[in-house]
Amino acid sequence: MSIATVRPDLPLAGINPVAKVAATIPLSIGLVLTLDPVSAGVAIVCELIVFTAVGLGPLLWSPRTLPVWIAAPLTGISMVLYGAPSGTTYWQFGLIEVSDGSIAIGLATMTRVIAIALPAVVLFLTIDPTDFADGLAQTLGLPARFVLGALAALRLVGSSIDDWRTLALARRARGVADKGVIRRSLGQAFALLVLAIRRGGTLATAMESRGFGAPGPRTWAREATFGAPEWRVIAVGCLVAVVSVSAAILTGAWNLVWS
Amino acid sequence: MHATTSASGSATTNGAPRLRWRVVDIVVASVIGVAVGVVFWAWGVAWGPISAPIEAVLPGLQAAPAAVWLIAGVLGGLIIRKPGAALYTELVAAVVSALIGSQWGGLLTIEAGLVQGLGAELVFALFLYRYWRFPVALLAGAAAGLGMAINDLILWYAGAAPAFATIYTVSAVIGGALIAGGLSWLAVRGLARAGALGRFAAGRELQAV
Amino acid sequence: MTGGAIAASAPASIEARGWGWRHGGRRVPAVSGLDLRVAPGERVLLLGASGAGKSTLLHGLAGVLGGDDEGESLGELTIDGRPASAARGRSGLVLQDPDSQIVMARLGDDVAFGLENLGVPADEIWGRVGAALDAVGLRLPLEHSTAALSGGQRQRLALAGVLAMRPGLILLDEPTANLDPDGVHEVRDAVARVADETGATLVVIEHRVSVWMPVVDRVVVLGHGGVIADGSPDDVLVGQAASLRAAGVWLPSDVPWRAHPSTARGVEPLMTAHRLDVARVPGTPVQRGIDLRIDSGRVTAVTGPNGAGKSTLALTMAGLLRPDGGRLEPGAAMAGARGNEPWRWRSRDLLTRIGTVFQHPEHQFLMGSVLAELEVGPRALKMPPRERRERIEPLLTALRLEALTSANPFTLSGGEKRRLSVATVLATRPRMLVLDEPTFGQDANTWRELARLITDLRDDGVGVIAVTHDETFIDAVADTRFELSVDGDAAMSDAGGRGRSNAGGVSE
Repeated sequence: MSIATVRPDLPLAGINPVAKVAATIPLSIGLVLTLDPVSAGVAIVCELIVFTAVGLGPLLWSPRTLPVWIAAPLTGISMVLYGAPSGTTYWQFGLIEVSDGSIAIGLATMTRVIAIALPAVVLFLTIDPTDFADGLAQTLGLPARFVLGALAALRLVGSSIDDWRTLALARRARGVADKGVIRRSLGQAFALLVLAIRRGGTLATAMESRGFGAPGPRTWAREATFGAPEWRVIAVGCLVAVVSVSAAILTGAWNLVWS
Repeated sequence: MHATTSASGSATTNGAPRLRWRVVDIVVASVIGVAVGVVFWAWGVAWGPISAPIEAVLPGLQAAPAAVWLIAGVLGGLIIRKPGAALYTELVAAVVSALIGSQWGGLLTIEAGLVQGLGAELVFALFLYRYWRFPVALLAGAAAGLGMAINDLILWYAGAAPAFATIYTVSAVIGGALIAGGLSWLAVRGLARAGALGRFAAGRELQAV
Repeated sequence: MTGGAIAASAPASIEARGWGWRHGGRRVPAVSGLDLRVAPGERVLLLGASGAGKSTLLHGLAGVLGGDDEGESLGELTIDGRPASAARGRSGLVLQDPDSQIVMARLGDDVAFGLENLGVPADEIWGRVGAALDAVGLRLPLEHSTAALSGGQRQRLALAGVLAMRPGLILLDEPTANLDPDGVHEVRDAVARVADETGATLVVIEHRVSVWMPVVDRVVVLGHGGVIADGSPDDVLVGQAASLRAAGVWLPSDVPWRAHPSTARGVEPLMTAHRLDVARVPGTPVQRGIDLRIDSGRVTAVTGPNGAGKSTLALTMAGLLRPDGGRLEPGAAMAGARGNEPWRWRSRDLLTRIGTVFQHPEHQFLMGSVLAELEVGPRALKMPPRERRERIEPLLTALRLEALTSANPFTLSGGEKRRLSVATVLATRPRMLVLDEPTFGQDANTWRELARLITDLRDDGVGVIAVTHDETFIDAVADTRFELSVDGDAAMSDAGGRGRSNAGGVSE
């Protein structure tokens, strides 16, 4: 689960990450406004077509998207059980009330979770953190000190994972690993935090000694570009949103959440 | 060139040193965000099996363990003690968990982080970034929980019955106060005693005792 | 092309006049009343006991001590006549820990980082990056992942990052303390080459003097009251030999202590590996088919290059990792635990059988005070309070921890942490002791104490397995040397340093 490396040969890897994130915004807004299976279902179909067409199909069906396929039905089921009831009630137990209405809500919720999460997960897998930081700072003009500080901190993910494993072994060696999983995990998390903050302090010193945070203009060795390919990605994102929303409105399924 | 940059540097540090972000503030806030972000991601992977039985007992109660996702903001705020620290730390944690991959989608994971961080941030701001005691930590955690509840009920549980919404909100607030507020406060105290916060006011204050 | 690109900056001069620094929240200053002048182009080795303020001085020169809220500055510290805190970019700092100074994911980006901060135009950056990487001998693609570098390569990368900024002053804070012997020489040679090419002023802190002798032309010894010795390397090292030794400095050709032959009687096997495969991640073994026997009353040193799986082997022998293949057979002295497979033993059962001291002591600290830390093992064994006290008190004395019983383990010095981590393990009297790099980064005093302690345990019949790069340690303490190589071969030989058999006994 390395997050520092993205294969540069992946499709869309060269696109400014800001554009990729921006492309998911219209659809996310559209689907958040409504709760219906049509808009979300159409969106999922569009997503599958678009990703397969640009060559991200293998990523779509990789284990990395598995959490989406697991979480979506779970969220859907909870709405089937606890969603606002209407129509025929099939089963009632305490707060649980399964009805025509709650089943419809559950189905819509499930498709909506998939439709929103899937493109984001797949697109984020093609984002290299360095490019992302360059985009955030250069394209969007976010404060460079913060963007680069966060980027540098990502270097410590690897050593933190190694630390976690070693901390677990050390607890076994110290004779305390037979019971108390929760307390031990909390202690382990605390030790991890101590080590991470220490490293962070050293990292800050190293960065400062190389002129980081000094007042005065900063230059960029890597230029983040934002051109036609980026606009095309955003256009595709808008198109998917328009198609999904239109389908829902035309079929009469459009269901504004706050109505 | 060096002379001019240094002159302006000292001028800005003299301005409002208590509230100005130093490099070490930024980097350590980021490190906390990254470390907690990995925990967020792991919590997300384990979320199904954890939340399902809790939800079966009382629907909406799963918002209490969900408060683990609120820790970054309160922890960052309590350690760094600068305006925006809670917001920034929670945001970094959300971005990191989104980069690793989250079932809630990249953008909405980040958006949730923003809302949750904002909750904690508002409480710290209300106390003018001057008070960092236990009750403030609890309040910040509770406010982050409230932010989470409002956000989730609009985005993910739209159409939920009122009973569910009420239980969800109350669980989020209490879970936020205890898990995000209480645990973070304990962690900061421990970190200070372990000498990890020597470069922060939060650490120097406790070490002197 | 490289020489011109690097050598463009004039060497810097340093002057400290009554300089001092007190960290916020501390009563005693880390440095006070320091007077020191370093001429442009001088190469200085900075020595002194831990706590003498060597690092504080270096951080002060690098301008990274922080603002007024972090501490109080006294007197003057200048580079080329300007305050050091305002001379950022004029000096470059390389720190000890190779893992926490990398800023960027890709090699080229990391070197470029400092140039971007200084506002160097983009079209100039990449030429300087290439020249700096050439100068430190890192000839890898610019896109190469920084996470995939070895410790020595990482330190050379840090040096390149500093070099690209064309500093007149290069500051090195124990740059080789965390490296294996190959890494040490890699980095030392890169520094020597860079110093020759740029002519920059050089200040280096390091305990192991012999490594840096060929590079430096001046030695300055710091004490608690300022400079206590200053002069040419030969004069200072000879004239101050006694006080330097007392301060824990490793002088060239020093072996601080040498073990006598084992007096343990009735040697028996404690743990035997038969065709053992070892793996950190199950299914991806780093070594296969290891045959190794750990005897009571003997010290076995496991050596080999980084990545050969030494630690993985040790942790597997310690019952912490599951063997990936082959068999691990505990000896009769280990009986009483559930089952015959150490990795399945209960955590508690390990306490009296196998003690493991990890490379980084912080990994094994659990409690908020030294005393509580020492009680963890005895408590897990359900010892009554009196017995616990009887176990712990002698350990506190033997390892000089009496004055620290209420201190938080994380706040101890490096040597104290190491001694505590060893003491926690000894509190439950394990039959076998597994040590991962026990002498790593320790000064000569702690080194001597550890060597003595390990020898005493050996004489009491404890079987010791030590993963180590430390040739001096192997030579002075180990009975057997077990050498792993990256391609999977292993060789057993007599360590021979102790006059037990055909011992050479020659110091390097």
